[in-house]
Amino acid sequence: MDFFGKMFRGEEPRSKEVAKERLRLVLVQDRMSLSPAELEALKEDLLTVISKYLEIDDGGPEVNLEREGESVALVATIPVKRLTGAARTGR
Amino acid sequence: MAGKVIVITSGTGGVGKTTTTANLGVGLAQLGRRVCLVDADIGLRNLDVVMGLENRIVYDLVEVVDGHARLRNALVKDKRLDSLYLLPAAQTREKDAVSPDKMADLTAQLAAEFDYVLVDSPAGIEHGFRNAIAGAGEAIIVCTPEVAAVRDADRIIGLLEANELAKPKLVINRIRPRMVRKGDMMDIEDIIEILAVELIGVVPDDEEIIVATNKGEPIVLNSRSRSAQAYRNIVKRIEGEDVPFLALEDAGFMERVRSFIGIGRNKA
Repeated sequence: MDFFGKMFRGEEPRSKEVAKERLRLVLVQDRMSLSPAELEALKEDLLTVISKYLEIDDGGPEVNLEREGESVALVATIPVKRLTGAARTGR
Repeated sequence: MAGKVIVITSGTGGVGKTTTTANLGVGLAQLGRRVCLVDADIGLRNLDVVMGLENRIVYDLVEVVDGHARLRNALVKDKRLDSLYLLPAAQTREKDAVSPDKMADLTAQLAAEFDYVLVDSPAGIEHGFRNAIAGAGEAIIVCTPEVAAVRDADRIIGLLEANELAKPKLVINRIRPRMVRKGDMMDIEDIIEILAVELIGVVPDDEEIIVATNKGEPIVLNSRSRSAQAYRNIVKRIEGEDVPFLALEDAGFMERVRSFIGIGRNKA
């Protein structure tokens, strides 16, 4: 995007380019349309399903919608107990 | 065959919904169509004032819906055009004085008598908006080339689609060609790319519109200004005619060719 090119060349991007970029990013978020309550419910459902197969470490499941450039990803970090060899060998 | 019920909405306030509704209504009536304008902005009525009909109101929409007045008696006939009528909003009530169901009934009644029922939506996304879209079969979104307006328009598009008003059409209002050229204002392609809806018109910023509103004479009535031409073109497109988008300024041949090609891609 020439917007960034211009910044590197030391030119100031035209304000309409700034507007366009900001709009793109804010609309990705706006369009996501999950309320905090829904996100919480999603997280609980997810943990329920996963704990059917794996034992979850209560210490730290995290589920978030994250923006990566123009796409959005649901990123879940769910610590699982007893999967690393370290537990067995005591290392 | 019943007439079309079109809601004119935006999300943001102050972008030109009422002015657009008035001018499209007048423009369609000038072509001989029977048109009824409906002011759905209960509590903050303005369509009457923009149309210059504020002294002719006897009954309003809420009184009709409440059964205190007959629809026929509430309709204000335009002083200039025979086939143009206005159903005014109430000024002393609030948005919840009417329900979406009652609005849908009302617009259906009107659609039986008119070729076009144009509903001027209030700003916002709450009760007033839901009333305004209740009976509509089509939607026109008015948006200015500004960040807040585009963001709100996007939200409105989502809400319209959720309410089965898919494929709304967009009017970009108050565009300033000089600012666009300098890169200080988003251009048509930018906005269409972001919102991904079909463009039905572009209206340039025009001081004449303020003058027209001062006098209560919608600009399409007798002006040759660019904004009047733009509104007339939108009227034609509503009627199904394929009209190329205006070059927004007499800025030289290459600019005109460039804008025609660029905009031509987005022809309605």
